[in-house]
Amino acid sequence: MAERQSPLEPEFHVGSHGNFEHGVEILLTETRPGSIVQLAAWPGEEKKLIAAIRTVTGLALPDGAGGGSSDGVKSVFGFAPGKFTVADEAEGLAAAFAKAVTPAIGTVTDLSHGRTAIRIAGPKAEWVLAKFFAIDFALPAFPVGAGRSTAHHDVFAQIQRTGADQFDIYVFRSFARSFWKALCHASEEVGYEVQ
Amino acid sequence: MLITCPYCGPRDVIEFTYQGDGNRERPDPASQNFEAWNAYVYDRLNPAGDHNEIWQHSGGCRAHLRVVRNTLTHEISSVAFVRGDHASAARRKAEDKA
Repeated sequence: MAERQSPLEPEFHVGSHGNFEHGVEILLTETRPGSIVQLAAWPGEEKKLIAAIRTVTGLALPDGAGGGSSDGVKSVFGFAPGKFTVADEAEGLAAAFAKAVTPAIGTVTDLSHGRTAIRIAGPKAEWVLAKFFAIDFALPAFPVGAGRSTAHHDVFAQIQRTGADQFDIYVFRSFARSFWKALCHASEEVGYEVQ
Repeated sequence: MLITCPYCGPRDVIEFTYQGDGNRERPDPASQNFEAWNAYVYDRLNPAGDHNEIWQHSGGCRAHLRVVRNTLTHEISSVAFVRGDHASAARRKAEDKA
């Protein structure tokens, strides 16, 4: 397997940055999942696809638009009617889904090399993201595990809340470095650490 | 202007793309009825009031939506999926709407 290079590398500077004299309030990192897969069900086959997701990942999808869950290794969330994003630390998720999701149920698209996953965590994570996206990041409106699809200046982003103050953002690989730089600039005023 | 997507909830209009008048009916592609084609391409009601429109949530779930928008006030009085079989995905309750 070819070694995967991070698109963030020239701008990925480990350490504390910005106004961190009073403490670091944002942690930024790249989660580098081995697999990122997009699944779509044909009309009426959504339940079978959700069952297949459970079989392959062991994760049960909660009811509701944008519902999702994460066990820290694997993550899944709905981002559109009948469509789901699944990520796994290990490689080979697309092959596993290709067996479980038959052509009669839906489609499997391997995006492992097409998306970059950026994690933003810390007490000011909601506050920084609110500068980027016009959606409600409050915990009651955006529960842990849930996913949202939105855009920042036409850069499409899928956001999953993986903790009370932690979010994983999936952006196009080709836009990832620019998005990362913007995220760093936005975090400067509260102090951030890149890990 | 906010459009409450049945899947994503209330979102800024910047995330949506206008897909045209929702009252049009496309003639059969094999049709030779030029009047029907002319009406499909050019005739619009242009009402001062409620207007049926098709919008795509292109910066979100990418679903196509039937929107009723008041052309005088920009008030959105109804939003629904164009595809009826997506209705089950609209699991956000009415009280969640902004």
